[in-house]
Amino acid sequence: MKALALIATLVTGVILLYGTMDFPAWGDPQSPASGTLSTHYIEKAVEETHVPNIVTAVLGDYRGYDTMFETVVIYCAGLVVISVLRRTKQKQPEKKA
Amino acid sequence: MKLLQERTQKQQIGQSLIIQTAVRQLVPFVQLFGLYVIVHGHYSPGGGFQGGVILGSSFVMLALAFDQSTSMRLMSERANVMLGNAGVLIFTGVAALCAIVGGLFLDYSALDAIIPLGPVEWRSFGIFLVEVGVGLAVMSIMISLFWDLSSAGEMDEGL
Repeated sequence: MKALALIATLVTGVILLYGTMDFPAWGDPQSPASGTLSTHYIEKAVEETHVPNIVTAVLGDYRGYDTMFETVVIYCAGLVVISVLRRTKQKQPEKKA
Repeated sequence: MKLLQERTQKQQIGQSLIIQTAVRQLVPFVQLFGLYVIVHGHYSPGGGFQGGVILGSSFVMLALAFDQSTSMRLMSERANVMLGNAGVLIFTGVAALCAIVGGLFLDYSALDAIIPLGPVEWRSFGIFLVEVGVGLAVMSIMISLFWDLSSAGEMDEGL
C-alpha cells in the first residue's frame, strides 16, 4: 500500500514537472502574462471593478476561481483534521470511573 | 521528570492573572481589527484570509491564556462548524447565483439583475461578499484546527 502511494506521488510529480516544460521562460516579455494581461489589470482594474486595491480586484474578481478553490482546500483540510483527530467521548459506566 | 510535572501542576504554572487580564482586554480589539482587515480589503492590504486568521487567533489566544473549555464556551463547536460551512457556502453560493441569474459563474456584474446597483458597483460588492465568506471559513477552520491539534482530539484540556 505504501509502495502504491509512493508510485502515485511520483507519477503525479512527474506529470506536473512535465507540464512546467510548456511554461514561458522566466521574465519572458512575449508571454501572455507580461504582455496584455498585466497591463490590462493595471490600467483597467479600478475602472472595471471600482476597487482601488488592484490585488483585491485580481484576487476576488479576475482570479475568482483560484480564490474559491483555495477556500475549498482550506475547508477540506479542516474537515480532514476533524474527521481524523476528533474523538467523541464514550459514556463511561459509573463503576469504572 | 514526574516530580517536575507534579510541581508545575501544583503551582498552576501558565495560569497567570496578568496574562489572563491582558488577554481579556485584548480580545475585543483583536476581533475588531480582524473585522476591519476583512472589510477594508478593498482599500488596503488585507482581505478574507488575513482577517479570518486574525479573528481565529483571538480564540486561540483565549484557549492559551485560560483553557480550551473557556474558548469553547465562548464559541461553541457547533456554531464554529456552522460558521465555517456558511463561509464556504457564501462564496460558492454567490458564484452560483451569478450563473443562475444569467451571467457567467463568478461574474458578479450579473447580480445587477436582482438589485440594480450597476454592474461595476456589483463587481466591487461581489468581491466584498466573497471576502466575508472567506473570512468566516478561515476563522472557523483556524479555531477548529487549533482545538483538535492541541487537545489531540479529546476537546477537553488542551495545552
